[in-house]
Amino acid sequence: MRLKQIASNADATAALASGLARRWRLGEKFIEGWIYLAGLLTIVVLLGIIVLLIKEGVPIFLDTPPWEFFFGTKWYPVSEPPTFGIMPFFVATLWVTIVATAISVPIGVACAAYLSEVAPDSARETVKPVIELLAGIPSVVMGFIGLMLLSPLVQSAFNLNTGLAGLTAGIMLAFMSLPIIISVSEDALRAVPDGFRQASYALGANKWETIWHVCIPAALSGITAAVMLGVGRAIGETMTVLMVAGGALAVPVSPTDPMMPMTAAIASGIGNAVRGGLQYQALFAIGLILFILTLAVNLIADRVLERQKRKFAR
Amino acid sequence: MIKRINRMEKVWLALGLLIGLFIVLIGCGSNSGSPTTDGEGLSGSIKIIGSNTVTPLSTVWAEEFMKVHPKVSIAVSGPGSGAGIAALLNGTTDICQASRTIKQSEIDNARANGVEPYETQVATDALSVVVNPANPVSELTIAQLSAIYTGKITNWYEVGGSDAEIVVLSRDTNSGTHVFFKEHVVQMLGLASEDKSLEYGSKVLFLPSTEEGVSEVAKNPNAIFYPGLGYVTDEVKPLAIKKTADDPGVLPSVATALDGTYPIARPLLFYTDGTPDGVIKAFIDYCLSPDGQAKVTEVGYVPLNN
Amino acid sequence: MKTRMASRQMSQQIAFGLLVVATAIVVVPVIIIILQIVINGGGAISWDFLTQPPAQAGKAGGIFPAILGTFYLMLGTIIVALPIGVLVGVYLSEYARDNWFTRTVNMAIVNLAGVPSIVYGLFGLGIFVLAFHFGMSLLSASLTLACQALAMTVTTSREAILAVPREYREGSLAVGSTKWQTIRHIVLPQAMPGIITGAVLAMSRAAGETAPILVVGAAFFLPALPQSPFDQFMALPYHLYTVAAHIPGMSKTTIWGVALVLLVVVLAFNVLATIIRLHARKRRYST
Repeated sequence: MRLKQIASNADATAALASGLARRWRLGEKFIEGWIYLAGLLTIVVLLGIIVLLIKEGVPIFLDTPPWEFFFGTKWYPVSEPPTFGIMPFFVATLWVTIVATAISVPIGVACAAYLSEVAPDSARETVKPVIELLAGIPSVVMGFIGLMLLSPLVQSAFNLNTGLAGLTAGIMLAFMSLPIIISVSEDALRAVPDGFRQASYALGANKWETIWHVCIPAALSGITAAVMLGVGRAIGETMTVLMVAGGALAVPVSPTDPMMPMTAAIASGIGNAVRGGLQYQALFAIGLILFILTLAVNLIADRVLERQKRKFAR
Repeated sequence: MIKRINRMEKVWLALGLLIGLFIVLIGCGSNSGSPTTDGEGLSGSIKIIGSNTVTPLSTVWAEEFMKVHPKVSIAVSGPGSGAGIAALLNGTTDICQASRTIKQSEIDNARANGVEPYETQVATDALSVVVNPANPVSELTIAQLSAIYTGKITNWYEVGGSDAEIVVLSRDTNSGTHVFFKEHVVQMLGLASEDKSLEYGSKVLFLPSTEEGVSEVAKNPNAIFYPGLGYVTDEVKPLAIKKTADDPGVLPSVATALDGTYPIARPLLFYTDGTPDGVIKAFIDYCLSPDGQAKVTEVGYVPLNN
Repeated sequence: MKTRMASRQMSQQIAFGLLVVATAIVVVPVIIIILQIVINGGGAISWDFLTQPPAQAGKAGGIFPAILGTFYLMLGTIIVALPIGVLVGVYLSEYARDNWFTRTVNMAIVNLAGVPSIVYGLFGLGIFVLAFHFGMSLLSASLTLACQALAMTVTTSREAILAVPREYREGSLAVGSTKWQTIRHIVLPQAMPGIITGAVLAMSRAAGETAPILVVGAAFFLPALPQSPFDQFMALPYHLYTVAAHIPGMSKTTIWGVALVLLVVVLAFNVLATIIRLHARKRRYST
């Protein structure tokens, strides 16, 4: 009697347990489904951006052949007939990026070297929060500061007609790229194994010689990645250049010329553009070019960083 | 075990405070939005997008209208007439405020999108050309302005001023003022020397807002710019404009715009999809009423001739 | 021999000096910028300024709708970006096998992080404003900013989850929990501070973004407050951009005041994120 009860109890428990297990497993599968979906969503967003840029931007090449679009120097979207040449914007982006990189790379790497190799802990603890502060300042505030404080300075220092120029924009961009350059370079320098330094000291080199001849070359790929990330930041920045770069449509021949980089060209023109119209298409095409540029720069930086991580992983 | 709970608690506390802050703010927000007295029971929202020139006017009108009808919410943005027309075509605005007339190609485009633009003139503007108060030049002909803005004249001494390079400022392509100035001044529409092939010169600086242009002229002794009358302040000097070299120079003002002596006067317009109705009609009726038109003079523009 | 040693010493001193100068060039302007904003803008800050709507085309009154609009944007951004970010972070650290799908997701995240903000603006315009017919609204703007924040929430969530020691998971599995139970009851709570830090940073970033909302349509003057997600809105960064060119009749102090308020909002969230991060680290290492 009791055996039968026990047996049926056991059966019931087994049935209950396997039922529960099935529900657990189904519940698991349900959650896992959502997780895979979320992963898919990120791919969808990226694809969405690419598809939209291509769909809305490529049709402009039916009106203006690619050669004329890239190398044309006349941008008259509201004339009849409109002409779309983006060389002024491309050269302007080039100029502000060159200025920004020329300023931010030496200063950024030097600062990173200081923080990682030379600075006493007290100095590090003070400087790092300030750099994080800089990283947090919104781009429109940087543009505002450039407009209010820097542009009059540049105007008088270089005796220009107006302080709204590529140089002003480049300087503000340099400050905005500095945090990322410093942070990634510092990581790269820290990743250099201490053994390298010890060996250098053992051979009689002093601290600076070690930094210059051993640490920096060893961290070079990481520093290169940092520079590329800074370049990517400078290329993609919109508000600062919109507010201080000047907005002139001529192809800029010197960094002190007022100019309009590609990001500013899109921002200032998009309000005017009717969906599907020629100007709309042209602006999306510029967006596509921007996207490809920043993509290339960031992918290269990412690859370089991966290689550096693998180089020193032990 | 206990330590972990403490850390978690701290995090939840911080989050709770943050959410609490949001709720308080949103609560404040909703409270100040609720009406105390109901004017005429009108409610709804109106989006006005378009001309930077008209913006000072529409914001004053919007504010006055909302005082009488607290349940109506009116949003004003002024990126440019072109932007407003584009928004009308895209269906993203209720009223397009414009400082230039809509082009035929835009009307065709609108109809293709199922939008029928309906024009209402709400005020008039005397488009002023301003320079820095320290600039000795006080009057220019339209032909001289055209030459300056196409880049043919580059130095102030060529028009009777000091030996200095002219800093030529303009609005960007979003702006109706940009288009109006191009047609009526640069291309000299209506004059014997009219030339539709002329374009802005390559050294011209295109600014995203009228305020920035006026600000730069106030700071820069060699700058020149063309703001709507409502933007002219004591910090800049308007030029007297001569239609041709034989005509007298006329300063921009409400009087000279109304009697037609100022050569570059233009209508300020509202465009809607079809004839306005409902809240939009009530608003536009207010703008055209004597009360509304009184505001036009206050803001500095030219009221309609009644 | 001695003079060569001395000249090497001198080179080192000079070099170190230059390094310090470089660091000063980074640090000093930041301090100047902050001080300028505080000094020039402090005069504008009053209870009215922070709580009243604008009047007289923005020349008088306050900037409350812009502050509220900014908070709404932050909220909207994080409501969308955080859950998705956490789920993807969980996927990448717990479920991902080394197949093409994982590699594509990783690549998508890296790419999304590098897309310029104006391109996100174009995306928002084309998809949310026009194709989905959401119009120029809080909804369109929040969704656009959420897409931009996604890369950050995913990366910080993934790092936070990966940082949870393996032993915790193994212990949980050893007592019979399923994978999801382990994640839900053990891993996620442990990773929570890191995830929250990332969320707060993403909100701070959303508060400061201008380019996307410029394209997707923030309003300049809107004394009434947005009552629904489909309404237009004001926002601090767009307001600063508009008034930065000195609206005639607006006092310079007011303009700096807007910059100050924006800076305070953004930095407050940054500081909050740092506090959470430091606290979590302290607790983790105190056993």
